[in-house]
Amino acid sequence: MSLPIRVLLAKVGLDGHDRGVKVVARTLRDAGMDVIYTGLHRTPEEVVNAAVQEDVDILGVSLLSGAHMTICPKIMRLLKDKDAEDTIVVVGGVVPDEDVIPLRDMGVKELLLQDTTPKEIVARLEKLVQERGPR
Amino acid sequence: MPISSADLVARLKKGDLRAASRLMSRAESNDDETLSSLGAIYRAAGRAHIVGLTGVPGSGKSTLVSKLVETIRKDGRRVGVIAIDPSSPFSGGAILGDRIRMTNLVMDEGVFIRSMATRGSTGGLARSALTAVDILDTVGFDVIIIETVGVGQDEVEIAKASHSTLVVSAPGLGDDVQAIKAGILEIADIHVVSKCDRSDSNRTITDLKIMLAMGVNIAIKDRGGKPLWQVPVVGTSSETGEGIDTLIATLDRHRDVHRTTELGEERLRNIAEYRTFKTAEDLLRSQFYKSTNKRIQDVVEQIARRELDPFTASNDLLKKIAF
Ligand SMILES: Nc1nc2c(ncn2[C@@H]2O[C@H](COP(=O)(O)OP(=O)(O)OP(=O)(O)O)[C@@H](O)[C@H]2O)c(=O)[nH]1
Ligand SMILES: [Mg+2]
Repeated sequence: MSLPIRVLLAKVGLDGHDRGVKVVARTLRDAGMDVIYTGLHRTPEEVVNAAVQEDVDILGVSLLSGAHMTICPKIMRLLKDKDAEDTIVVVGGVVPDEDVIPLRDMGVKELLLQDTTPKEIVARLEKLVQERGPR
Repeated sequence: MPISSADLVARLKKGDLRAASRLMSRAESNDDETLSSLGAIYRAAGRAHIVGLTGVPGSGKSTLVSKLVETIRKDGRRVGVIAIDPSSPFSGGAILGDRIRMTNLVMDEGVFIRSMATRGSTGGLARSALTAVDILDTVGFDVIIIETVGVGQDEVEIAKASHSTLVVSAPGLGDDVQAIKAGILEIADIHVVSKCDRSDSNRTITDLKIMLAMGVNIAIKDRGGKPLWQVPVVGTSSETGEGIDTLIATLDRHRDVHRTTELGEERLRNIAEYRTFKTAEDLLRSQFYKSTNKRIQDVVEQIARRELDPFTASNDLLKKIAF
């Protein structure tokens, strides 16, 4: 019997919509995961503190505001500072094509764009945790 | 190679919060190394004031915890929070939403919040929640608050497995005092009526006081026949801050009574007994499933055909658990 995957979903930045994140939260719960949702308008520092305390397997950052190229490097650096770089970071929302490679290069493990189906999201997250192995 | 649990415990004792959060995740496995590390943590803990806080859904528990923590922090005490939310009976997964009420605390290094789901098995939740408390205690938190929803036996028992138990009621959630309906009136050391900014809160307070006057709480008396503790009703508002200081003063007073009288001695023995039973139950259950899974498959056919019965079969299976 393995433990459920723990996921922290964070909405970073200014945009005020969280319907999408909430749908994802329910999808993950229905797939047997534990989902911690932190609410709107979080800063990278807040998100990383929460992720460290909760010792999540996956940190899902949702961004619609186009600020991912400033926010994601910050999150990756903070995770490293807090000795939590084994946290799997995935980004959801809207990401222009030209940012995909830079994001992956900085260590973002997966991009879940708006057309990713719920089933696919679950499958990809499960695979990422499996690839990471026990910790 | 994952870091060993023993190394994590060494880091924990030096105050390393990252080790604390990792150990809380590890705490759910049953291998010998983990169990002996948890033992070491249990023996090192015992300093903190443990507060159990429960009440029906929506009574304002998480918002109150947030206020309490913020106010306790002003005198420098470090505060840990274990927030337990129900998991889905269908998938076993959970959405843990208590934290969203506590966002004002997340940048404070003196505060640590951990969310947890009520899992299927009974022994399991008690074990992981109370182990998380030990971990926060060992790493140096002075006050540790466990929030559980006051429905369901496990959650209520966990709130009781603390030094001071708060039961939260709120106006506007129906005619009756919810604590009565939920059967959690009796476990309170302190009753809290939240949302006192609302005009109908006075009635909730009066109702509670009447119930208490009718003697639901059997006061534990000292040798001279004087009650060691009278259960008070404290009204609070997380909106205006009313009553929060009073509640903290009441909690501190209860802690002192707990620490200096037989009230606390008895409580600590009860908690020790409860934890040992729950841990044993949990270990037994996991051993049982591990060693029985295949054997059950061999006999279900027979049981289904009524050539064998579940009673004889389980009795046999229990005798064959491999330890
Ligand atoms: N008026 C008023 N509303 C409050 C107060 N405290 C909490 N609330 C509201 O009550 C609702 C529930 O608050 P929570 O703190 O989430 O309650 P809870 O008991 O933790 O809820 P669960 O964890 O879901 O069981 C929210 O909408 C709060 O805004 C208060 O002091 N006054
Ligand atoms: Mg709550």
